[in-house]
Amino acid sequence: MAGTHDTQIRAVLRDHARLRVDVGTLGTDADLFAAGMSSHASVNVMLALEDTFDIEFPDAMLKRSVFESIAAIDAAVSELAPAA
Amino acid sequence: MSLAVDADRIFLERIRRIGAEVAAVHADAVDYDARFPEEAIAALREDGALSAFIPTQHGGAGVSINALARACYELGRRCSSTAMIFAMHQIQVATVVRHLDGGWFEEYLRRVVNEQRLIASVTSEIGTGGDMGRSIAPITPDGDGFAIEKQAPTVSYGAYADDLFTTARRSPQSEQGDQAVVLHHREQTELEATGTWDTIGMRGTCSPGFTVRAHFDFEQILPAPFATVMHDTHVPVSHILWSHVWLGIATEAFERGRAFVRAAARRNPGAPVPAAHSLSRVMPELTMMRAEVEAALADFVAFSEDPDRPDLATLTSVLRFNNLKLAASEQAPRVCTGVLEVIGIAAYKNDSPYGVGRQLRDSLSARLMVANERIHSVDAGLLMIAKEV
Repeated sequence: MAGTHDTQIRAVLRDHARLRVDVGTLGTDADLFAAGMSSHASVNVMLALEDTFDIEFPDAMLKRSVFESIAAIDAAVSELAPAA
Repeated sequence: MSLAVDADRIFLERIRRIGAEVAAVHADAVDYDARFPEEAIAALREDGALSAFIPTQHGGAGVSINALARACYELGRRCSSTAMIFAMHQIQVATVVRHLDGGWFEEYLRRVVNEQRLIASVTSEIGTGGDMGRSIAPITPDGDGFAIEKQAPTVSYGAYADDLFTTARRSPQSEQGDQAVVLHHREQTELEATGTWDTIGMRGTCSPGFTVRAHFDFEQILPAPFATVMHDTHVPVSHILWSHVWLGIATEAFERGRAFVRAAARRNPGAPVPAAHSLSRVMPELTMMRAEVEAALADFVAFSEDPDRPDLATLTSVLRFNNLKLAASEQAPRVCTGVLEVIGIAAYKNDSPYGVGRQLRDSLSARLMVANERIHSVDAGLLMIAKEV
């Protein structure tokens, strides 16, 4: 089931992740790195997510596993912006 | 605890002796002839030093990462090429040790202990722009096993290694960032040299380009993804051990400066020694380098205390150990150049006891092995997102 921030996260990924597939076709658990997101692109995704949701990822959350899938990103965003 | 401290102490005593009695003796010839430091590597082998970091439950001496780093420093003072070969080998060992999942690799570590096998790495690849986190060559099914063919721009001591540690795309369908590590034996490998190694420094590492072709079994593929291995171990340990080698090189140059000013003071007792004043100006450059190198090692030890190593997975950690590499690699030649100016022409001469030419040339490799410009561009992105640096 799609999480609460699914649409906005997919929009960020469409603009910044440089995936080799259409983000609309990806399942929420699909591995974004395996879908072509580079480390460099992932930093841009993090910045755009902070902007979109008006949050700041603490250093401890800035790691590959937190941004490896739409579901993982959704969990992180929900933790930092419960009201959104 | 005391057993582990003993293992470290005994290991380092032996390393110092090999450094002084073997590596130092042949260092100039290794440099002049651009040849593999066979005497020093043979002495390290004979001493069991190639498996020192392997834990005792797998048959090794179980020395600490602190002792290993210190050994790189000690050897770096004597012969940069020996030290860098030792460091690179230990990076491969540490990677296997820290990402072990039983099976073939556990058995392999016992072979490293018993046979003192030397491991080279094939992590760089033509076409990736120096990005170790991407591979072009895939692991392909081949008969009843698997195969790789990789174009490597440099493979240090590749022709002298017993085994090779090679990164590749996990399968022909995998993305470039989806990498695995393969540990293949020399006898499973065909190495075709594609260049020469006549360089200005680190001449004894013998690191020409090669086309590497290997056939191996499935169990020789390390189960952990290279993306994890890279963050947890390969990059931080590389930067820590390399920077200890560079600290050794810079310290040796500084010590030659000290020998020079002491000799000047003895010639004219009581007279002022202007060179000593200049050397005093170089000293903070060396101590700042030492502080960063030692602080990074302490951070790595602290970050490794939690068995899951969550701190090493963060981008802040990437930034931290990248900074070590940048700082140490730029500082080492600065110290060597500073000493060159203190001593003057006697330091510029190759056949002088105060010569620092070899140290200066060797230290210049530091900024190029994983080019600093590439690391700066990674850090530029990380600086935007990291909260505390």
